[in-house]
Amino acid sequence: MTVLAQDLRLDANAIDYALLAFYFALVLGIGYLARKQVSSSLDFFLSGRSLPAWVTGLAFVAANLGAIEVMGMSANGAQYGLPTVHYFWVGAIPAMLFLAIVMMPFYYGSKVRSVPEFMLRRFGKPAHLVNGVSFATAQILIAGANLFLLASVVNLLLGWPLWVSILLAAVIVLAYTALGGLSAAIYNEVLQFFVIVAALLPLTLVGLHEVGGWEGLVDKVASGPGGEEQLSSWPGNQLTGFGDNFLSVLGLVFGLGFVLSFGYWTTNFVEVQRAMASKSMSAAQRTPIIGAFPKMLIPFIVIIPGMIAGVSVTELSGENKAALMAGEAAPSGATFNDALLLLMRDLLPNGMLGIAIAGLLASFMAGMAANLSAFNTVFTYDIWQAYIKKDKPDQYYLRAGRVVTACATILAIGTAFIASTYSNLMDYLQQLFSFFNAPLFATFILGMFWKRMTATAGWTGLVSGTGAAVGVFLLAETGVWDLPGQGASFIGAGAAFVVDIAVSVVVTMATRPKPEAQLVGLVYSLTPKEKLKRSTVGEDAGWYRNPGLLAGIVLALTIVLNIFF
Amino acid sequence: MGSDTRKRTAGAFDVRLVIALLTGVYGAVITVLGIGFVSDEDLAKAGGMNINLIAGIGMLVFTGLFLLWVKVRPLTVPDPEDEESDSSSPEQG
Repeated sequence: MTVLAQDLRLDANAIDYALLAFYFALVLGIGYLARKQVSSSLDFFLSGRSLPAWVTGLAFVAANLGAIEVMGMSANGAQYGLPTVHYFWVGAIPAMLFLAIVMMPFYYGSKVRSVPEFMLRRFGKPAHLVNGVSFATAQILIAGANLFLLASVVNLLLGWPLWVSILLAAVIVLAYTALGGLSAAIYNEVLQFFVIVAALLPLTLVGLHEVGGWEGLVDKVASGPGGEEQLSSWPGNQLTGFGDNFLSVLGLVFGLGFVLSFGYWTTNFVEVQRAMASKSMSAAQRTPIIGAFPKMLIPFIVIIPGMIAGVSVTELSGENKAALMAGEAAPSGATFNDALLLLMRDLLPNGMLGIAIAGLLASFMAGMAANLSAFNTVFTYDIWQAYIKKDKPDQYYLRAGRVVTACATILAIGTAFIASTYSNLMDYLQQLFSFFNAPLFATFILGMFWKRMTATAGWTGLVSGTGAAVGVFLLAETGVWDLPGQGASFIGAGAAFVVDIAVSVVVTMATRPKPEAQLVGLVYSLTPKEKLKRSTVGEDAGWYRNPGLLAGIVLALTIVLNIFF
Repeated sequence: MGSDTRKRTAGAFDVRLVIALLTGVYGAVITVLGIGFVSDEDLAKAGGMNINLIAGIGMLVFTGLFLLWVKVRPLTVPDPEDEESDSSSPEQG
């Protein structure tokens, strides 16, 4: 973000600050109320597995709706236009449905408390440790990145010094996650979801009004740099960086749609934890599906404002957009990352402005809280309890969870300052961590459906898959392999997936499988069908609570959206 | 499905009320701003659209719907079953 600070300084007045303060008061209030419900470590880390599906479903989407999503996807909208919707419709929905229908019965049914714990039961200690440590490290780094982005936006918008906003935000997030545990984080994510909608929906409406409605936007985008291609989602060549239509579609469907997104949504504990907190198998299965409905619609309030900014904001339209798309600096000094902020500055009067700022800060804080709450669960259960202090009473781990949250916050402040020196590197780091998920997904899916797969294959597959992804990343970074756009991460994920499967199969053939008795509930063919069944009575009754049917509705709607756009 | 018999207390406060409180206050404040304190400059900024008023009314309507939901399906605290959403997707207010 290199625009001159003065250009972005928002004209916030007392009313805006009051609205902002009211939001923060409610956030802390939720932490306080949730604290009363925490009496065991399971309450703290998994909300006592008691939340209704609509709450966990909204938290499921909101946990992902952090800084990188909101700012990054509106920037993508300004740069690439409508093809950005692939990140939602191809890159999220199918994977969310797959998680709900196929994988959730194993996660919820086996009563594991975290994704690494599933690895432990299926593949034993080495795989568990690799997964637990890499996940925990990644969460701290990403929490720091979220914290830094939050502080830099506050700095740009309101002029507060960087370190003040970093400390303030860290203290607020720490206060409610350490008090109320996952419940506080989840309830705040639900609240945050509504604040973001309340901020972005009006912004989209004014923006559309400003450019002359949908037709006006279409005309302006088509006649601007990038042209017609930015108005239909397929084939999305500008986005992938592939010249060939066929390769581009293949990259989107296999790279983004299959490997990257399935890896992220089905094995990332930040997401899966939300579903594990729900109160029944049926509710756990419905969590990602309920989340899929808003996920389908979020592009309209994130990408469209980006596109509007790309044609209406002086600093980003015309020659500036052309220069930025060619990979050069814009004459105005703005970047696509500023799209949302500049649009807010141009269009919103005081009052709405305060709500919009609250929405942005809410999204950054909830992103960080999600990282922290997933981190403290994995660290306490999968590292501390599994390898360091075993067999202590439950209250010990509850206290440990609070202390771990505090330590993690301090570490995140540290990584935020590291991030502040490398604001570009954080994007790459984020990309890099997504590579841990692609091999994880390969190992999971193989392990769930192939009972012969051995423990050694589990961890060697993971390590070599990540190695392959890092290799592709380095080749693309050093320019040995020229991949513009975002195609490099699609290929990296694909490579990680293929290498992981190949290594796992070869190693399995050479090593001894686990006895079948130990795999009941973990492998599809060895699990009695009743164990995977959900209840269909009481509050799980009714066609509108049937996960299969709901998933079908989501799928049909997504296909319709793809046809129209 | 929850196998433990311990008394369940999580979910005892209703997050729907907190959400309604937030959107209610926000809606009321910007509706007042939209009715009484709109400058020509503000209007020109948004291309003649009184966004504070429109968004404010939208939020108040949303608040009403949420309160109605709380009223129709109240949260029952003790033991197993508390409230549940009847439809899946939330109204995007």
